[in-house]
Amino acid sequence: MPIELKMPALSPTMEEGTLAKWLVKEGDEISSGDIMAEIETDKATMEFEAVDEGVLAKILIPEGTDEVQVGTVIAIIAEEGEDAASIEAPAKSEAPAKKKEEAPAAEPASAPAAPAKVAAPAPAPAAPSGDGDRIAASPLARRLAEQNGLDLAQLSGSGPRGRIVKADIEAALEGGAAAAPASAPVDAGDIPHETEKLSNMRKTIARRLTEAKQTVPHIYLTVDIQLDALLDLRKQLNASLEPRDIKLSVNDLLIKALAASLMQVPKCNVSFAGDQLISYHRADIAVAVSIPGGLITPIVTGANEKSLSAISAEVKELAGRAKEGKLQPHEYQGGTASISNMGMFGIKQFDAVINPPQGMIMAIGAGEKRPYVVNESLQIATVMSATGSFDHRAIDGADGAQLMQAFKQLVENPLGMLA
Amino acid sequence: MTNQYDLIILGSGPGGYVAAIRASQLGMKVAIVEREKLGGICLNWGCIPTKALLRTSEIYHYMTHAEAYGLKAEKTGFDLAKVVERSRKVAGQLNQGVTGLMKKNKVDVHEGFGTITAKGKLTVKTEDGKTIELSAKSIMIATGARARDLPFAKADGKRIWTYRHAMVPEEVPSKLLVIGSGAIGVEFASFYSDMGAEVTIVEMLPRILPVEDEDVSKHMLKALKKQGMTIMTGAGVEKLEAGAKSVKAAIKDAKGKVAESEFSHAIVAIGIVPNTEDTGIDALGVKTGKNGHIEVDGFGRTNVEGILAIGDVTGPPWLAHKASHEGVVAVEKLAGENPHAFETGNIPGCTYSRPQVASVGLTEAQAKEAGHKVKVGNFPFIGNGKAIALGEAEGFVKTVFDEKTGELLGAHMIGAEVTELIQGYAVARQLETTEAELMETVFPHPTLSEMMHESVLDAYGRVIHM
Repeated sequence: MPIELKMPALSPTMEEGTLAKWLVKEGDEISSGDIMAEIETDKATMEFEAVDEGVLAKILIPEGTDEVQVGTVIAIIAEEGEDAASIEAPAKSEAPAKKKEEAPAAEPASAPAAPAKVAAPAPAPAAPSGDGDRIAASPLARRLAEQNGLDLAQLSGSGPRGRIVKADIEAALEGGAAAAPASAPVDAGDIPHETEKLSNMRKTIARRLTEAKQTVPHIYLTVDIQLDALLDLRKQLNASLEPRDIKLSVNDLLIKALAASLMQVPKCNVSFAGDQLISYHRADIAVAVSIPGGLITPIVTGANEKSLSAISAEVKELAGRAKEGKLQPHEYQGGTASISNMGMFGIKQFDAVINPPQGMIMAIGAGEKRPYVVNESLQIATVMSATGSFDHRAIDGADGAQLMQAFKQLVENPLGMLA
Repeated sequence: MTNQYDLIILGSGPGGYVAAIRASQLGMKVAIVEREKLGGICLNWGCIPTKALLRTSEIYHYMTHAEAYGLKAEKTGFDLAKVVERSRKVAGQLNQGVTGLMKKNKVDVHEGFGTITAKGKLTVKTEDGKTIELSAKSIMIATGARARDLPFAKADGKRIWTYRHAMVPEEVPSKLLVIGSGAIGVEFASFYSDMGAEVTIVEMLPRILPVEDEDVSKHMLKALKKQGMTIMTGAGVEKLEAGAKSVKAAIKDAKGKVAESEFSHAIVAIGIVPNTEDTGIDALGVKTGKNGHIEVDGFGRTNVEGILAIGDVTGPPWLAHKASHEGVVAVEKLAGENPHAFETGNIPGCTYSRPQVASVGLTEAQAKEAGHKVKVGNFPFIGNGKAIALGEAEGFVKTVFDEKTGELLGAHMIGAEVTELIQGYAVARQLETTEAELMETVFPHPTLSEMMHESVLDAYGRVIHM
């Protein structure tokens, strides 16, 4: 039996992706573990690894194809003894109905030992809809839904016995178009310009930021923090860590400080979840990393419990893989708060946009020598401005202020972070 | 108290009586008001009696062409009075049928002329001069339409006929002029041509059967010419004068040249006008549109609350089954059910001439105009075994699909028995099948319906018997 290779779900929420690049060609021998293709999801480019052996008989979805639905057959492998040349493409490659409860085989969150690379799900037959109920829809409605990326399960039908018909799809498309934030068409006119199709990452960034700014009421609290003690400590630590080849960055210390502050002021370590508030007992700090074409926020989980050296090593490793576009979804999704540092660009102070469902983000400005009053006299000190953006639905101004105070306290008296 | 209803329907044609039955099924107390005969034009003066006549001319055609089937019919002929009598009997039988249906469904029938006097009030004037006062929560106007006259020549029933006169002829015209080439014009042209008349059709538009797909019009033009008819398109009758023994017509041809010709009879089939006079809608402020048709929404509702309208009185397509379906949708909505709004896209149209024409949905040109990229399939009768066996190898089945979605946008057929075939595509459209389901469907062999399959296959480059 020829094996059908299907578009894998590389994250729990992935419904479609771009088949960015084929790394094998028709006729190639495939062994388990071979990297076959690169697939671009809304967050990252991932490698698609073979789990079967045989000869790649047919590529059904050419590289560069956008919006390939999860479950679509993308290629066919001929097993040993089969004639690859004689294998025909299936008449139709249908994506299985998109339902959330169909946990994709490659969902990393449920895989205890997360594989280093995302493997293709075993070629299991497309699962029928999870609850066993067939959705009543006309063939034309099904096709229109597929072509327009609509989930039939989310629609209600106006036909006999609730059957979904063309009119319902059209209504949904009209409604959807009206509800979507309408970006005014931009006319570049005669200004010399070029246009570029948005990458999936850019689309996600645009959607998430718009959503955050439109739905989350932000409150911004800024403090100035003297950095000299922290810089001193860093120098001492790095000197003693040199034999272990570890070099802590200022940011590593600030991650730790933010995590510790959040544990001290738990009212700021929260998520606003509609009719309930979630308070976290661990500080998972998402670190904004700028990567080619956008930005991603790998997460240092349990940063409050980790040593500075552990945090440093982890950030280095995560940032490295982020820049290669090879993070797994669980490594950048979630987190209880974020930190974004623009100090290296000389930015004095800025207000960051909260990354929902997190309750706050800390924006770090440049550490610079400023005239500063120390012990009742004007001196030169290294000072930075830090601004916390808080979800004001969940966090009161006074609580946010307490967190800023705790953060300042820890950075200015950094030994507190070590114990 | 007994004259208080949930719904009164003015007119008992295929729109009115079907709506009355559906309303009764849904528990309403219903009355119907009819000035003439139950069943309306369709049953008494339209669809049904003409089909009886056309059946006669079809059999007569076979008789005169019997040798093609190895038969001998040496002495052929007909008794026109008996032909007409049969047609009237068929109409009469169905009229009785509707009377029975009204009784069975407990629909009160009031004979007389109904006029709406106020919202929810209706007065019926009976033939013997009495008046009956009725009242209802809702009143539905289903009064239909009648043939439109030429502005310069009224039909006299002797030399100048409407469909109504053409249905009860005392003689077969020797030389017949048919003005207008819609379904009615072409059907009468076909009937009288097969019965031996020399027929000329004059059509104002550039092609005959102008609402059908252009390929169908072209094919029909050829077929009728082959039967010996004279067809003038893009032409107009400028003058029509009835004499004692003939009718003189001045016809302006497509090039603008006017010539006078003499005919024994002329049939005027240039469209219809709605029957709204004295219904009382003007006083109520019911909105009418182009040509006096009552304007309604997808549920038969006029701009005046409590006043509904369905069928020919609301505009084209002027088809009995359109009226029936409109009536059902309007009544269901009134009863608080949740029907889909009425649309004309899924209404098949049929012409019972020889050859027959049947279609549903968009023509190829309409589909393109609506912005569809189309895939078109076409399968000829000559490629179908049953058609050849029947000795009816002329015609074709054409299908139009949306290239992107595979939606069956329209189907157009011309040839033997296609009026009985079109329903397959109407079901397909209503169920919203795509080309995939139609291709997977098994069509029985040997039937004409196989052409419907082949046409779909042809649209996708998979035709078998071509």
